[in-house]
Amino acid sequence: MTQDTQKTFLEKLNNIDRRIIFLVIFIVVSVPMLLKLTSPVQISPEVQKAYDYIESIPAGGAVMFSVDYDATSMPEIQPMILCLLSHCFQKDVKVLLTGMLAIGMPLGTQALESTAAEYGKKYGVDYVNMGYRPGAQAVIVAMGREIRDIFAVDYQGTPMDALPMMKDIHNYGDLAAVAVMAHGATPEYWIQFAQARYGAKLIVGTTAVGAPDYYNYLQAEQLVGLLGGMRGAAEYETLIDKPGLGLLAMSPQSWVHLAIIALIILGNVTYLLTKKKLGAS
Amino acid sequence: MGSAGFMQIFGVWMAAFFTLAIFSFLYKDNVVYKLAEHVYIGLSAGYWLIYVMFFDVKPMLVDAWFQKEGFDRYILLLPAFLGLLMLTRMVPKISHYSRAAIAFTMGVAAGLGVTGAIHGMILPQVRATFLPLNSINNIIIIVGVLVTLSYFYFSREHKGALGVSAKTGIIFLMVAFGAAFGYTVMARISLLIGRSYFLYHDWLGII
Amino acid sequence: MKQRIPLTISFIAGIFIILTFYFPNSPLGDIEQHTLVWFAIVVGISMVVGVESLVRINVVKIMKQKQGWAYSLALILALLLSLVTGIMGQVKYGSPFHLQSPFMYVYTHMIVPLQSTMFAILSFFIASAAYRAFRVRNLAATMLLLSAVLVMLGRVPVGEKIWSQFPVISEWIMNVPQVGAKRGIMIGSFLGAAATSIRIILGIERSYIS
Repeated sequence: MTQDTQKTFLEKLNNIDRRIIFLVIFIVVSVPMLLKLTSPVQISPEVQKAYDYIESIPAGGAVMFSVDYDATSMPEIQPMILCLLSHCFQKDVKVLLTGMLAIGMPLGTQALESTAAEYGKKYGVDYVNMGYRPGAQAVIVAMGREIRDIFAVDYQGTPMDALPMMKDIHNYGDLAAVAVMAHGATPEYWIQFAQARYGAKLIVGTTAVGAPDYYNYLQAEQLVGLLGGMRGAAEYETLIDKPGLGLLAMSPQSWVHLAIIALIILGNVTYLLTKKKLGAS
Repeated sequence: MGSAGFMQIFGVWMAAFFTLAIFSFLYKDNVVYKLAEHVYIGLSAGYWLIYVMFFDVKPMLVDAWFQKEGFDRYILLLPAFLGLLMLTRMVPKISHYSRAAIAFTMGVAAGLGVTGAIHGMILPQVRATFLPLNSINNIIIIVGVLVTLSYFYFSREHKGALGVSAKTGIIFLMVAFGAAFGYTVMARISLLIGRSYFLYHDWLGII
Repeated sequence: MKQRIPLTISFIAGIFIILTFYFPNSPLGDIEQHTLVWFAIVVGISMVVGVESLVRINVVKIMKQKQGWAYSLALILALLLSLVTGIMGQVKYGSPFHLQSPFMYVYTHMIVPLQSTMFAILSFFIASAAYRAFRVRNLAATMLLLSAVLVMLGRVPVGEKIWSQFPVISEWIMNVPQVGAKRGIMIGSFLGAAATSIRIILGIERSYIS
């Protein structure tokens, strides 16, 4: 290859149409999915902690789920909430659903109703959907004294006192844990107000973007478990032996990571070669 | 095929249309993408009104008014009044009345913020940094916290010991940001996997 | 005077909430519960202001037939669809979120695909940005790249197959140096947040009532 041809090739590589990169990513995601390739995953300590904690809750205990995510992070968090709900219902642990993000509540409702139906659970006896109230921090603090001050009725307007499950549940002290499924900063409100003020035991399920921020809280023992991204969901699916979208996604995820690393290396090689050529000329 | 089955199939096709409409932006900005974007904004705005009506005003004001008695009932006039003051923001001539409602919410949020930040975040995190110096990992964590804090101390020039500390802080920060980038890549790809799964499984039925 | 009343309200509300943290029992605790319920009510109602602004801008655009008015029409129609199906769900099923509610149909087949795809396209842009912008120019950038690559390989099964130590290294990065750095950032940012909250309560920070 002559110097001029090399220069043109380098220029082309440097200025490659980004739609070609988009196409590469699309193919790398699609092929493993269409071939239904699967890969087992190792369980990380933070997910194991979450699993062990739920496993230690006796039958009849109650866990509150907070739906603090929406469709923008559904592929990561929906598989997690399905796993945790399944685990709770497998152990005859009661479930109380609420949320700090209005637009995500339907996703939580769908997950709760479908999982409850799978395990033959009865509304009002085994699970309750409290719905949503605005004012995240205020709602979390108020529930520390009495849930009924904020949620006098469930999401359909039934008084809380009319639901058998709620007879002995008044605040965080009557709950074994709070599972916060979130894509934003709401777990920090739960940590500040429910955990620090009232001693609630928190499990956080969050996106891979948010997960790095919560390792500090795990190390400080402000959380009893942490699930991060689709990998966290895949690990929990493995622990409860219920394969779902999390495990299915591990293969495409693997190949895309390799593709992006290859793109970074290629980008740096062309950069260094271009720099060298410019230096020489 | 019953109407329920038809609605389900129609719904899946509608979802696929909107998915592909948004994906079309990757080729270039176009009419279909803009239409989908505006439909999304409109649907979300309608959703906000729904939750204000049925998860705020109705259960916490209207239903509570009819269910409570005496002081507990009449005290609800105060948040109702503050809510009306908040709505004056929509009329420029009287919008200054909304300041009282905004001040109330800001005051409560600030009060919660002070106690939450100090007792919920700062003190537990500082406490968790007091680790025994009997392992290299503990030493790295303690050093990492101190040098990162020193990097963000701008009241003195980063020279001498502070300069060395700040430069070490930069290394720790770069490791943290690199990890964050790695996790961000994972997160974004997960979203694409989710959408692809919908197209291949729910819409086309080929997996 | 226009500022004095709101500043007094925010001072009283803020100080009261701080006091009830240290004296949580009755009667202060009971009053705090009422205050928190009022906060939730008022914050919810404030969302209406945002929607009104959006509707006003788009209705004006439609009436004056400005450029792009057809998109504004689509926006308003979508808003009405969401509103009407939500009301129908509340009236017929007691909640818009009931699984059989028409609102859930709109949510599942319109809001979910639109919202999730908006963020799914970011995956393409992050790949393009990684190719174009991620350059190893100095030690700091090299550390960033190295950390990113190790974590990316450690978090996926293929990384474990390439070298069994990738997951161990990735886990160590997340639990040790990353914790140190993030904790330093967090302590600094929450000290700032506490300071800003105190400034709001004391009336030094007034931008929210301008």
